[in-house]
Amino acid sequence: MILTPEQQAILDGAKGETMAKVMKTMVMYGDAFEAEKLVPITSKNNHLVTSFGLKVMSPVYDLMQQLLDSGVMSGQKFSVDPRPLDKNVPASFLQNFVFNKIMYTKQDFYEEQLKKLGLLNDDAFTCTCYMDEVGNKPQKGEVLSWAESSAVVYANSVLGARCNRNSGIIDIMGSIVGYVPYFGLLTDEGRKADWIVKIETTKKPEAQLLGSAIGMKVMEDVPYVVGLDKWIGTELDDAACTYLKDFGAATASNGAVGLYHIENLTPEAVEQGQSLIKENAKVYVIDDAELERVYREYPVVWKNKDAEPKLCFMGCPHMSLEQLKSWTDKVEAALKEAGNKKVVIPTVFTAAPKVLEQFNKTDYAARLKATGVITSYICPLMYMNNPLCKKMPVITSSNKLRTYTSARYYTDDEILVAITKGGNK
Amino acid sequence: MKEFKGRVVTPGTVTAKAVVSKQGFNTLASMQMALQFGDKQTKCGDQNNPDINGKPLCGAALCLPQTIGSTTGGLVLYCACAMKRQPACMLFANHIDSLAAAGAVLADVWVDDITMPVIDCLGDEFLDYVKDGMTVTVKEDGTVVVE
Repeated sequence: MILTPEQQAILDGAKGETMAKVMKTMVMYGDAFEAEKLVPITSKNNHLVTSFGLKVMSPVYDLMQQLLDSGVMSGQKFSVDPRPLDKNVPASFLQNFVFNKIMYTKQDFYEEQLKKLGLLNDDAFTCTCYMDEVGNKPQKGEVLSWAESSAVVYANSVLGARCNRNSGIIDIMGSIVGYVPYFGLLTDEGRKADWIVKIETTKKPEAQLLGSAIGMKVMEDVPYVVGLDKWIGTELDDAACTYLKDFGAATASNGAVGLYHIENLTPEAVEQGQSLIKENAKVYVIDDAELERVYREYPVVWKNKDAEPKLCFMGCPHMSLEQLKSWTDKVEAALKEAGNKKVVIPTVFTAAPKVLEQFNKTDYAARLKATGVITSYICPLMYMNNPLCKKMPVITSSNKLRTYTSARYYTDDEILVAITKGGNK
Repeated sequence: MKEFKGRVVTPGTVTAKAVVSKQGFNTLASMQMALQFGDKQTKCGDQNNPDINGKPLCGAALCLPQTIGSTTGGLVLYCACAMKRQPACMLFANHIDSLAAAGAVLADVWVDDITMPVIDCLGDEFLDYVKDGMTVTVKEDGTVVVE
């Protein structure tokens, strides 16, 4: 890698030993991809993936403390993934004990570290930092040092920013030195599509199921999706962006997709069309039968596969304002049809604190509360990642949550029936 | 016995028994629960990966195509190394991905007294040949001997 004189001086220790190690980390990271150079980060703000004060992750907090003690601060402020705890979310006495006394005992300590490192504000805890209400929304072409797979794939694909699938810690180290290695999704060549995915379904495909199918097929490659505009339109309006948020999160968690192009919809596909597709790109056709096959092959890890669900999580990644409103309408209508006044399974809708703040200003908030649905800023994944929850039959329409926990996936329609009418589906 | 030549991402030499994932290795799903709840063998907890689910990863020669999933992957790997519960080596059939690379580099730069050789670009033939329990030796120059 060729470094500028300034970068080389940092690597040689001109700004201290810790800064030299941070630079060494970024150089070695780039060398692993034969990156020729480091390029400046141009986004206003950063986004970090590590939001949780898990006792077992103390090596991370020790490293953060080293950075703080050495005074090697980033010039950028940042948002960060959702908090792992919220007392509004139903939990047993034992769960609360495990969460507060065993697992997340470092939460307050780590949040203090985050504030010192440059946290945007106390409400900047969300995986959907790019939402208008939150305000950490990069511009097209900006270079980022973000982590959080669902945010990275959204920033690249829907916003046209440029960011690799950086890991936690690398996210803040890039921001501290102000540079990231130039490779992969930062380059024009790296943004070209290796796959053509043809959508040939007879109805609008479920976003989370479609994303899962594509992620598992293409892994870390870039897919160019043809035929989806028929179902979600050619305008990046609220509904389309919400769809792509959920679709992208599933591609990134069920595979390792960092960028997708949707023909006639996402910015680079609109500008460059099929010239984005590499020669000899592979083809994957998705029809109703393929989605059904993918769905049926998900393992069910509940001890009792016929157990009655004890909890439902919606919002991994966090729900948009549009989603909260449309689900309020759907839950109300389904309850009325079922002759029920409140949801029959404890149900939590999660969203960014700033999105919830806006939602609470609308009349939808009182209506949703009347249905018994709880709203929260929590990270469902962090809530579920413990042996107690493994024994708990939790349902979700999030394919990301399904992938990382014992939560069982159902389509949106099935979830709606389950929470308003009952049964395990 | 067969020899494969890969690219050295982080150097070192080691001999260990192979644990083989034919599909993408989801670092968060595989390691988080084990690290969190004190499993010293770091048994894989990824229900979606039947190849390795339930198998001990600590001290194993982890053979895989690439890692996938959450961008916490690199820091989970870094934590495993800092806690001395990491695989003996990681051997990638494909080019290493950005998350595994981050974990390997972070461990190399920031953790003292740790060696986890990481070799990539070993090719599909490597993953076809190596089976669970085979003895794998990693040499300094990126040569991997499987027997």
